[in-house]
Amino acid sequence: MSLDAPAVGPPLWLLAELTYRCPLHCVFCYNPVDFARQQDELSTDDWLRVLRQGRELGAVQLGLSGGEPLVRDDLEVIVAEARSLGYYTNLLTSGVGLTVARAAALKAAGLEHVQLSFQDSTQEMNDFLSHTKTFDLKSRVAKIIKDQDWPMVMNVVIHRMNIDHIDRIIAMAVDLGAEYLELANTQYYSWAYLNRDQLLPTHEQLRLAEETTLAWRAKLGDRMRIFFVAPDYHEGRAKKCVNGWGNMFLTVAPDGTALPCHTAKMLPGLSFPSVREHSLRDIWFDSEGFNRYRGTGWMKEPCSSCEFREQDLGGCRCQAFMLANDPAAADPVCVKSPHHGLVTDAVARAGAIAPGAVREQPLIFRNPGNSIRLGAAVPAAPSIG
Amino acid sequence: MSSLSTATRPRVGAGFRLQWEPVQNCHVLLYPEGMVKLNGSAGEIMKRCDGERSVGAIAADIEQAHTLQGLESDVLAFVEMAGKQRWLAWN
Repeated sequence: MSLDAPAVGPPLWLLAELTYRCPLHCVFCYNPVDFARQQDELSTDDWLRVLRQGRELGAVQLGLSGGEPLVRDDLEVIVAEARSLGYYTNLLTSGVGLTVARAAALKAAGLEHVQLSFQDSTQEMNDFLSHTKTFDLKSRVAKIIKDQDWPMVMNVVIHRMNIDHIDRIIAMAVDLGAEYLELANTQYYSWAYLNRDQLLPTHEQLRLAEETTLAWRAKLGDRMRIFFVAPDYHEGRAKKCVNGWGNMFLTVAPDGTALPCHTAKMLPGLSFPSVREHSLRDIWFDSEGFNRYRGTGWMKEPCSSCEFREQDLGGCRCQAFMLANDPAAADPVCVKSPHHGLVTDAVARAGAIAPGAVREQPLIFRNPGNSIRLGAAVPAAPSIG
Repeated sequence: MSSLSTATRPRVGAGFRLQWEPVQNCHVLLYPEGMVKLNGSAGEIMKRCDGERSVGAIAADIEQAHTLQGLESDVLAFVEMAGKQRWLAWN
Protein backbone atom coordinates (compact mmCIF):
# COMPACT_ATOMS: atom_id res chain seq x y z
CA MET A 1 0.00 0.00 0.00
CA SER A 2 1.35 3.44 -0.84
CA LEU A 3 1.96 5.86 1.98
CA ASP A 4 -0.69 8.35 0.91
CA ALA A 5 -3.48 5.77 0.71
CA PRO A 6 -5.67 5.87 3.79
CA ALA A 7 -5.66 2.72 5.92
CA VAL A 8 -8.50 0.36 5.12
CA GLY A 9 -10.76 -0.13 8.13
CA PRO A 10 -12.77 -3.22 9.00
CA PRO A 11 -15.94 -4.31 7.15
CA LEU A 12 -18.22 -3.32 10.03
CA TRP A 13 -21.37 -4.31 8.16
CA LEU A 14 -21.74 -7.78 6.72
CA LEU A 15 -24.81 -8.32 4.59
CA ALA A 16 -25.56 -11.99 4.03
CA GLU A 17 -27.94 -12.35 1.12
CA LEU A 18 -28.88 -15.90 1.94
CA THR A 19 -31.06 -16.57 -1.09
CA TYR A 20 -32.68 -14.90 -4.08
CA ARG A 21 -35.76 -17.06 -3.63
CA CYS A 22 -38.70 -14.94 -2.58
CA PRO A 23 -42.47 -15.38 -2.41
CA LEU A 24 -42.98 -11.73 -3.36
CA HIS A 25 -42.54 -10.18 -6.78
CA CYS A 26 -41.86 -6.55 -5.93
CA VAL A 27 -41.46 -4.24 -8.90
CA PHE A 28 -38.79 -2.18 -7.07
CA CYS A 29 -36.56 -5.08 -6.00
CA TYR A 30 -32.80 -4.44 -6.20
CA ASN A 31 -31.87 -8.10 -6.64
CA PRO A 32 -30.19 -8.68 -9.99
CA VAL A 33 -32.56 -8.97 -12.92
CA ASP A 34 -31.00 -12.34 -13.78
CA PHE A 35 -31.35 -13.70 -10.21
CA ALA A 36 -33.11 -16.86 -11.42
CA ARG A 37 -29.95 -17.84 -13.29
CA GLN A 38 -27.98 -17.84 -10.04
CA GLN A 39 -29.34 -20.82 -8.16
CA ASP A 40 -26.20 -22.28 -6.65
CA GLU A 41 -26.64 -21.16 -3.03
CA LEU A 42 -23.95 -21.39 -0.38
CA SER A 43 -24.33 -24.26 2.08
CA THR A 44 -24.84 -23.83 5.82
CA ASP A 45 -21.16 -24.62 6.44
CA ASP A 46 -20.10 -22.00 3.89
CA TRP A 47 -22.15 -19.36 5.71
CA LEU A 48 -20.79 -20.34 9.12
CA ARG A 49 -17.24 -20.00 7.77
CA VAL A 50 -18.07 -16.58 6.28
CA LEU A 51 -19.49 -15.46 9.63
CA ARG A 52 -16.37 -16.51 11.51
CA GLN A 53 -14.06 -14.85 9.00
CA GLY A 54 -16.14 -11.66 9.05
CA ARG A 55 -16.07 -11.45 12.81
CA GLU A 56 -12.28 -11.91 12.84
CA LEU A 57 -12.04 -8.92 10.51
CA GLY A 58 -14.14 -6.85 12.92
CA ALA A 59 -17.63 -7.08 11.43
CA VAL A 60 -20.25 -6.27 14.08
CA GLN A 61 -23.53 -5.79 12.28
CA LEU A 62 -24.96 -8.73 10.39
CA GLY A 63 -27.86 -8.29 8.00
CA LEU A 64 -29.65 -11.48 7.02
CA SER A 65 -31.39 -10.69 3.82
CA GLY A 66 -32.33 -12.01 0.40
CA GLY A 67 -34.69 -12.64 -1.38
CA GLU A 68 -36.63 -13.84 1.58
CA PRO A 69 -34.19 -15.22 4.17
CA LEU A 70 -36.95 -17.19 5.90
CA VAL A 71 -37.05 -19.64 2.99
CA ARG A 72 -33.67 -20.96 4.21
CA ASP A 73 -34.46 -23.67 6.74
CA ASP A 74 -30.99 -23.25 8.29
CA LEU A 75 -31.67 -19.63 9.27
CA GLU A 76 -31.82 -20.55 12.97
CA VAL A 77 -28.41 -22.28 12.75
CA ILE A 78 -26.91 -19.23 11.05
CA VAL A 79 -28.42 -16.83 13.61
CA ALA A 80 -27.20 -18.93 16.54
CA GLU A 81 -23.63 -18.98 15.24
CA ALA A 82 -23.72 -15.27 14.46
CA ARG A 83 -24.98 -14.41 17.91
CA SER A 84 -22.40 -16.55 19.66
CA LEU A 85 -19.65 -14.90 17.60
CA GLY A 86 -20.80 -11.48 18.83
CA TYR A 87 -22.67 -10.05 15.84
CA TYR A 88 -25.71 -7.89 16.30
CA THR A 89 -28.17 -9.88 14.22
CA ASN A 90 -30.72 -8.17 11.98
CA LEU A 91 -33.29 -10.08 9.96
CA LEU A 92 -34.61 -8.22 6.92
CA THR A 93 -37.82 -9.91 5.93
CA SER A 94 -41.11 -9.58 4.14
CA GLY A 95 -42.56 -11.57 7.03
CA VAL A 96 -43.74 -14.40 4.80
CA GLY A 97 -42.88 -17.58 6.69
CA LEU A 98 -42.46 -15.99 10.11
CA THR A 99 -44.80 -18.13 12.19
CA VAL A 100 -45.10 -17.97 15.97
CA ALA A 101 -43.00 -21.14 16.25
CA ARG A 102 -40.29 -19.88 13.89
CA ALA A 103 -40.15 -16.54 15.70
CA ALA A 104 -39.68 -18.34 19.02
CA ALA A 105 -36.88 -20.49 17.54
CA LEU A 106 -35.13 -17.43 16.10
CA LYS A 107 -35.45 -15.63 19.42
CA ALA A 108 -33.96 -18.63 21.20
CA ALA A 109 -31.12 -18.66 18.65
CA GLY A 110 -30.36 -15.05 19.62
CA LEU A 111 -31.94 -12.96 16.87
CA GLU A 112 -31.99 -9.36 18.06
CA HIS A 113 -33.93 -7.36 15.52
CA VAL A 114 -36.43 -7.79 12.75
CA GLN A 115 -36.95 -5.29 9.98
CA LEU A 116 -40.32 -5.90 8.41
CA SER A 117 -40.97 -4.55 4.95
CA PHE A 118 -44.38 -3.35 3.92
CA GLN A 119 -45.28 -2.36 0.42
CA ASP A 120 -48.11 -0.01 1.39
CA SER A 121 -50.77 0.55 3.99
CA THR A 122 -53.79 -0.55 2.03
CA GLN A 123 -54.38 -4.16 1.20
CA GLU A 124 -55.28 -3.40 -2.37
CA MET A 125 -52.10 -1.45 -3.07
CA ASN A 126 -49.98 -3.80 -1.02
CA ASP A 127 -51.15 -6.88 -2.87
CA PHE A 128 -50.81 -5.16 -6.19
CA LEU A 129 -47.25 -4.05 -5.56
CA SER A 130 -45.99 -7.24 -4.04
CA HIS A 131 -48.20 -9.41 -6.22
CA THR A 132 -49.33 -11.70 -3.42
CA LYS A 133 -51.89 -11.61 -0.64
CA THR A 134 -49.64 -10.58 2.16
CA PHE A 135 -51.04 -7.57 3.93
CA ASP A 136 -53.06 -9.42 6.59
CA LEU A 137 -50.11 -11.67 7.15
CA LYS A 138 -47.82 -8.70 7.76
CA SER A 139 -50.17 -7.32 10.36
CA ARG A 140 -50.05 -10.68 12.11
CA VAL A 141 -46.26 -10.81 11.77
CA ALA A 142 -45.93 -7.34 13.27
CA LYS A 143 -47.73 -8.68 16.33
CA ILE A 144 -45.46 -11.75 16.45
CA ILE A 145 -42.43 -9.44 16.38
CA LYS A 146 -43.81 -7.32 19.22
CA ASP A 147 -44.68 -10.44 21.23
CA GLN A 148 -41.04 -11.56 21.01
CA ASP A 149 -40.03 -8.16 22.35
CA TRP A 150 -37.89 -7.39 19.31
CA PRO A 151 -37.36 -3.77 18.39
CA MET A 152 -39.21 -3.34 15.14
CA VAL A 153 -38.15 -1.29 12.20
CA MET A 154 -40.82 -1.10 9.59
CA ASN A 155 -39.55 -0.43 6.12
CA VAL A 156 -41.74 0.87 3.33
CA VAL A 157 -40.27 1.44 -0.10
CA ILE A 158 -41.78 4.65 -1.43
CA HIS A 159 -42.57 5.42 -5.06
CA ARG A 160 -45.06 7.16 -7.28
CA MET A 161 -47.86 4.70 -6.64
CA ASN A 162 -47.82 4.78 -2.85
CA ILE A 163 -46.26 8.12 -1.96
CA ASP A 164 -49.67 9.81 -1.78
CA HIS A 165 -50.64 7.29 0.93
CA ILE A 166 -47.82 8.26 3.24
CA ASP A 167 -50.15 9.62 5.91
CA ARG A 168 -51.90 6.24 6.20
CA ILE A 169 -48.60 4.38 6.05
CA ILE A 170 -47.29 6.32 9.05
CA ALA A 171 -50.57 5.86 10.94
CA MET A 172 -50.39 2.10 10.33
CA ALA A 173 -46.80 1.91 11.62
CA VAL A 174 -47.89 3.69 14.81
CA ASP A 175 -50.85 1.31 15.23
CA LEU A 176 -48.61 -1.73 14.81
CA GLY A 177 -46.18 -0.47 17.44
CA ALA A 178 -43.09 0.08 15.30
CA GLU A 179 -40.21 1.85 17.07
CA TYR A 180 -38.73 3.04 13.81
CA LEU A 181 -40.26 3.64 10.42
CA GLU A 182 -38.04 3.83 7.40
CA LEU A 183 -39.67 5.55 4.45
CA ALA A 184 -37.16 4.59 1.81
CA ASN A 185 -37.59 6.23 -1.53
CA THR A 186 -37.00 3.72 -4.28
CA GLN A 187 -33.44 3.46 -5.50
CA TYR A 188 -33.40 2.82 -9.19
CA TYR A 189 -31.40 -0.35 -9.69
CA SER A 190 -32.27 -3.71 -11.20
CA TRP A 191 -36.06 -4.25 -11.21
CA ALA A 192 -36.74 -0.73 -10.01
CA TYR A 193 -34.67 0.58 -12.92
CA LEU A 194 -36.71 -1.48 -15.38
CA ASN A 195 -39.84 0.09 -13.89
CA ARG A 196 -38.39 3.53 -13.30
CA ASP A 197 -40.80 5.53 -15.42
CA GLN A 198 -43.75 4.12 -13.48
CA LEU A 199 -42.12 4.43 -10.05
CA LEU A 200 -40.50 7.88 -10.04
CA PRO A 201 -42.60 10.33 -8.04
CA THR A 202 -43.03 13.93 -9.07
CA HIS A 203 -41.37 16.81 -7.20
CA GLU A 204 -44.80 17.85 -5.95
CA GLN A 205 -45.61 14.37 -4.61
CA LEU A 206 -42.28 14.34 -2.83
CA ARG A 207 -42.79 17.79 -1.31
CA LEU A 208 -46.18 16.78 0.09
CA ALA A 209 -44.78 13.51 1.46
CA GLU A 210 -41.99 15.33 3.27
CA GLU A 211 -44.49 17.84 4.67
CA THR A 212 -46.68 15.01 5.96
CA THR A 213 -43.67 13.26 7.49
CA LEU A 214 -42.56 16.43 9.29
CA ALA A 215 -46.05 16.92 10.74
CA TRP A 216 -46.09 13.33 12.06
CA ARG A 217 -42.61 13.72 13.55
CA ALA A 218 -43.75 16.76 15.48
CA LYS A 219 -46.86 14.92 16.68
CA LEU A 220 -45.12 11.66 17.65
CA GLY A 221 -42.04 13.00 19.40
CA ASP A 222 -40.09 10.05 20.82
CA ARG A 223 -42.85 7.50 20.34
CA MET A 224 -41.71 6.42 16.89
CA ARG A 225 -38.76 7.67 14.90
CA ILE A 226 -39.30 8.22 11.19
CA PHE A 227 -36.42 8.10 8.74
CA PHE A 228 -37.14 9.60 5.37
CA VAL A 229 -34.58 8.37 2.87
CA ALA A 230 -34.49 11.10 0.24
CA PRO A 231 -34.48 10.09 -3.42
CA ASP A 232 -31.22 11.10 -5.06
CA TYR A 233 -32.86 11.65 -8.45
CA HIS A 234 -34.70 14.68 -7.09
CA GLU A 235 -32.01 16.13 -4.86
CA GLY A 236 -29.26 16.95 -7.33
CA ARG A 237 -26.69 15.63 -4.87
CA ALA A 238 -25.02 12.26 -4.97
CA LYS A 239 -25.23 9.99 -1.95
CA LYS A 240 -22.16 8.51 -0.30
CA CYS A 241 -23.12 5.10 -1.58
CA VAL A 242 -22.65 2.28 0.97
CA ASN A 243 -20.69 4.86 2.97
CA GLY A 244 -17.82 4.52 0.51
CA TRP A 245 -16.73 1.63 -1.69
CA GLY A 246 -15.01 -1.05 0.36
CA ASN A 247 -15.16 1.25 3.37
CA MET A 248 -17.37 -0.59 5.86
CA PHE A 249 -19.87 -2.63 3.88
CA LEU A 250 -19.42 -6.17 2.58
CA THR A 251 -22.19 -8.12 0.86
CA VAL A 252 -22.06 -11.82 0.19
CA ALA A 253 -24.50 -12.82 -2.55
CA PRO A 254 -26.39 -16.14 -2.38
CA ASP A 255 -23.86 -17.86 -4.65
CA GLY A 256 -20.92 -16.67 -2.54
CA THR A 257 -19.80 -13.71 -4.62
CA ALA A 258 -18.40 -11.02 -2.32
CA LEU A 259 -19.45 -7.50 -3.29
CA PRO A 260 -18.83 -3.94 -2.02
CA CYS A 261 -22.57 -3.31 -2.49
CA HIS A 262 -25.46 -5.55 -3.37
CA THR A 263 -25.71 -4.37 -6.98
CA ALA A 264 -22.00 -4.06 -7.84
CA LYS A 265 -22.02 -7.29 -9.82
CA MET A 266 -23.52 -5.38 -12.76
CA LEU A 267 -20.32 -3.35 -13.26
CA PRO A 268 -18.32 -4.25 -16.36
CA GLY A 269 -14.61 -4.90 -16.30
CA LEU A 270 -14.52 -5.95 -12.67
CA SER A 271 -14.37 -9.41 -11.18
CA PHE A 272 -15.50 -10.14 -7.67
CA PRO A 273 -14.11 -13.08 -5.73
CA SER A 274 -16.16 -15.88 -4.25
CA VAL A 275 -16.08 -16.83 -0.60
CA ARG A 276 -15.92 -20.43 -1.82
CA GLU A 277 -12.36 -19.82 -3.03
CA HIS A 278 -10.98 -16.92 -0.98
CA SER A 279 -10.97 -15.80 2.63
CA LEU A 280 -12.88 -12.63 3.51
CA ARG A 281 -9.57 -11.12 4.60
CA ASP A 282 -8.02 -11.56 1.16
CA ILE A 283 -11.22 -10.39 -0.48
CA TRP A 284 -11.56 -7.27 1.66
CA PHE A 285 -7.96 -6.08 1.59
CA ASP A 286 -6.43 -7.48 -1.58
CA SER A 287 -9.02 -8.15 -4.27
CA GLU A 288 -9.12 -5.97 -7.34
CA GLY A 289 -12.92 -5.68 -7.07
CA PHE A 290 -12.83 -4.15 -3.58
CA ASN A 291 -9.85 -1.89 -4.26
CA ARG A 292 -10.94 -0.43 -7.58
CA TYR A 293 -13.12 2.42 -6.30
CA ARG A 294 -11.79 2.81 -2.77
CA GLY A 295 -11.03 6.38 -1.71
CA THR A 296 -10.73 9.13 -4.34
CA GLY A 297 -7.74 8.09 -6.47
CA TRP A 298 -9.88 6.55 -9.24
CA MET A 299 -11.90 9.71 -9.84
CA LYS A 300 -12.24 11.69 -13.06
CA GLU A 301 -13.43 15.25 -13.50
CA PRO A 302 -15.66 16.79 -12.29
CA CYS A 303 -15.21 14.62 -9.17
CA SER A 304 -11.43 14.72 -8.81
CA SER A 305 -11.32 18.48 -8.20
CA CYS A 306 -14.73 18.75 -6.51
CA GLU A 307 -14.90 20.25 -3.02
CA PHE A 308 -17.42 17.54 -2.04
CA ARG A 309 -15.38 14.57 -3.25
CA GLU A 310 -14.65 13.30 0.27
CA GLN A 311 -18.25 13.80 1.36
CA ASP A 312 -20.01 11.84 -1.39
CA LEU A 313 -17.04 9.96 -2.91
CA GLY A 314 -18.50 10.55 -6.35
CA GLY A 315 -21.81 8.89 -5.52
CA CYS A 316 -22.83 5.49 -6.77
CA ARG A 317 -20.70 3.50 -9.23
CA CYS A 318 -23.65 1.42 -10.40
CA GLN A 319 -25.72 4.49 -11.14
CA ALA A 320 -22.77 5.99 -13.06
CA PHE A 321 -22.58 2.81 -15.12
CA MET A 322 -26.33 2.50 -15.69
CA LEU A 323 -26.86 6.13 -16.71
CA ALA A 324 -23.50 7.32 -18.07
CA ASN A 325 -22.20 3.93 -19.22
CA ASP A 326 -18.99 4.54 -17.26
CA PRO A 327 -18.53 3.22 -13.71
CA ALA A 328 -15.79 5.81 -13.05
CA ALA A 329 -17.92 8.79 -14.08
CA ALA A 330 -19.58 11.17 -11.63
CA ASP A 331 -22.92 9.83 -10.44
CA PRO A 332 -25.37 11.48 -12.89
CA VAL A 333 -27.74 12.43 -10.06
CA CYS A 334 -25.18 15.14 -9.20
CA VAL A 335 -25.87 18.56 -10.79
CA LYS A 336 -22.19 18.76 -11.73
CA SER A 337 -22.32 15.59 -13.82
CA PRO A 338 -22.30 16.18 -17.59
CA HIS A 339 -24.98 13.46 -17.74
CA HIS A 340 -27.28 15.07 -15.19
CA GLY A 341 -29.80 15.88 -17.95
CA LEU A 342 -30.68 12.16 -18.12
CA VAL A 343 -31.86 12.34 -14.51
CA THR A 344 -33.78 15.61 -14.80
CA ASP A 345 -35.42 14.29 -17.98
CA ALA A 346 -36.58 11.16 -16.17
CA VAL A 347 -38.06 13.20 -13.31
CA ALA A 348 -39.67 15.62 -15.77
CA ARG A 349 -41.29 12.70 -17.61
CA ALA A 350 -42.78 11.56 -14.31
CA GLY A 351 -44.14 15.07 -13.70
CA ALA A 352 -45.73 15.21 -17.15
CA ILE A 353 -47.97 12.22 -16.49
CA ALA A 354 -51.00 12.57 -14.26
CA PRO A 355 -50.69 10.44 -11.10
CA GLY A 356 -52.73 7.27 -11.48
CA ALA A 357 -52.84 7.53 -15.26
CA VAL A 358 -52.78 4.21 -17.09
CA ARG A 359 -49.38 3.52 -18.59
CA GLU A 360 -48.73 1.94 -21.89
CA GLN A 361 -45.74 0.06 -20.55
CA PRO A 362 -46.77 -2.56 -18.01
CA LEU A 363 -44.94 -2.98 -14.72
CA ILE A 364 -42.40 -5.77 -14.79
CA PHE A 365 -42.78 -7.96 -11.72
CA ARG A 366 -39.73 -9.59 -10.18
CA ASN A 367 -40.42 -13.28 -10.77
CA PRO A 368 -38.36 -16.19 -12.07
CA GLY A 369 -40.03 -16.14 -15.50
CA ASN A 370 -39.25 -12.49 -16.12
CA SER A 371 -35.78 -13.03 -14.68
CA ILE A 372 -34.94 -15.84 -17.09
CA ARG A 373 -36.35 -13.88 -20.03
CA LEU A 374 -34.66 -10.57 -19.18
CA GLY A 375 -31.50 -12.13 -17.78
CA ALA A 376 -30.69 -13.48 -21.22
CA ALA A 377 -30.57 -9.91 -22.53
CA VAL A 378 -28.10 -8.80 -19.88
CA PRO A 379 -24.56 -9.15 -21.23
CA ALA A 380 -22.22 -10.93 -18.86
CA ALA A 381 -19.66 -8.59 -17.34
CA PRO A 382 -16.28 -9.29 -18.95
CA SER A 383 -13.77 -10.09 -16.28
CA ILE A 384 -10.24 -8.78 -16.25
CA GLY A 385 -7.13 -10.84 -15.81
CA MET B 1 -38.01 6.28 34.11
CA SER B 2 -37.81 8.12 37.42
CA SER B 3 -35.66 11.21 37.80
CA LEU B 4 -31.95 10.66 37.94
CA SER B 5 -29.89 10.72 41.13
CA THR B 6 -26.71 9.14 42.45
CA ALA B 7 -28.91 6.29 43.77
CA THR B 8 -30.20 5.48 40.27
CA ARG B 9 -29.15 2.06 39.01
CA PRO B 10 -28.83 2.32 35.23
CA ARG B 11 -28.72 -0.62 32.83
CA VAL B 12 -28.10 -0.85 29.10
CA GLY B 13 -31.32 0.09 27.28
CA ALA B 14 -33.57 -2.44 25.56
CA GLY B 15 -32.45 -3.21 22.01
CA PHE B 16 -28.89 -2.07 22.73
CA ARG B 17 -25.90 -4.28 23.35
CA LEU B 18 -22.59 -3.15 24.81
CA GLN B 19 -19.53 -4.97 23.58
CA TRP B 20 -15.74 -4.65 23.56
CA GLU B 21 -14.35 -4.70 20.02
CA PRO B 22 -10.66 -5.63 19.84
CA VAL B 23 -10.37 -4.59 16.17
CA GLN B 24 -11.64 -1.09 16.99
CA ASN B 25 -9.95 -1.04 20.40
CA CYS B 26 -13.03 0.40 22.09
CA HIS B 27 -16.43 -0.42 23.51
CA VAL B 28 -19.28 -0.14 21.06
CA LEU B 29 -22.99 0.07 21.55
CA LEU B 30 -24.89 -1.99 19.01
CA TYR B 31 -28.53 -1.47 18.08
CA PRO B 32 -30.73 -2.29 15.09
CA GLU B 33 -28.58 -1.69 12.02
CA GLY B 34 -26.31 0.72 13.85
CA MET B 35 -23.32 1.20 16.13
CA VAL B 36 -22.01 3.90 18.44
CA LYS B 37 -18.27 3.92 19.13
CA LEU B 38 -17.71 4.86 22.75
CA ASN B 39 -14.70 6.81 23.94
CA GLY B 40 -12.71 5.51 26.88
CA SER B 41 -14.69 7.29 29.62
CA ALA B 42 -18.06 6.36 28.16
CA GLY B 43 -16.95 2.73 27.88
CA GLU B 44 -15.72 2.72 31.51
CA ILE B 45 -19.10 4.02 32.70
CA MET B 46 -21.32 1.91 30.49
CA LYS B 47 -19.60 -1.38 31.21
CA ARG B 48 -20.51 -0.87 34.86
CA CYS B 49 -24.19 -0.13 34.15
CA ASP B 50 -25.60 -3.53 35.09
CA GLY B 51 -28.83 -2.44 36.78
CA GLU B 52 -27.31 -3.40 40.15
CA ARG B 53 -24.76 -0.68 40.80
CA SER B 54 -25.86 2.88 41.52
CA VAL B 55 -24.44 5.94 39.77
CA GLY B 56 -22.63 6.73 43.00
CA ALA B 57 -21.11 3.25 43.17
CA ILE B 58 -20.11 3.38 39.52
CA ALA B 59 -18.33 6.70 40.01
CA ALA B 60 -16.57 5.38 43.13
CA ASP B 61 -15.50 2.23 41.30
CA ILE B 62 -14.00 4.18 38.40
CA GLU B 63 -12.27 6.56 40.81
CA GLN B 64 -10.72 3.61 42.58
CA ALA B 65 -9.71 1.79 39.37
CA HIS B 66 -8.01 4.85 37.91
CA THR B 67 -6.96 6.62 41.12
CA LEU B 68 -9.05 9.65 40.31
CA GLN B 69 -11.41 11.78 42.38
CA GLY B 70 -14.60 13.81 42.00
CA LEU B 71 -16.07 11.92 39.03
CA GLU B 72 -19.64 11.72 40.32
CA SER B 73 -20.97 14.78 38.51
CA ASP B 74 -19.32 13.67 35.25
CA VAL B 75 -20.87 10.22 35.56
CA LEU B 76 -24.26 11.76 36.33
CA ALA B 77 -24.02 14.01 33.28
CA PHE B 78 -23.12 11.07 31.05
CA VAL B 79 -25.91 8.88 32.41
CA GLU B 80 -28.40 11.69 31.86
CA MET B 81 -27.29 12.12 28.24
CA ALA B 82 -27.26 8.34 27.66
CA GLY B 83 -30.76 8.05 29.11
CA LYS B 84 -32.04 10.60 26.60
CA GLN B 85 -30.43 8.53 23.82
CA ARG B 86 -32.01 5.36 25.31
CA TRP B 87 -28.53 3.82 25.62
CA LEU B 88 -29.29 3.50 29.32
CA ALA B 89 -32.53 2.91 31.19
CA TRP B 90 -33.56 2.69 34.85
CA ASN B 91 -36.67 2.09 36.88
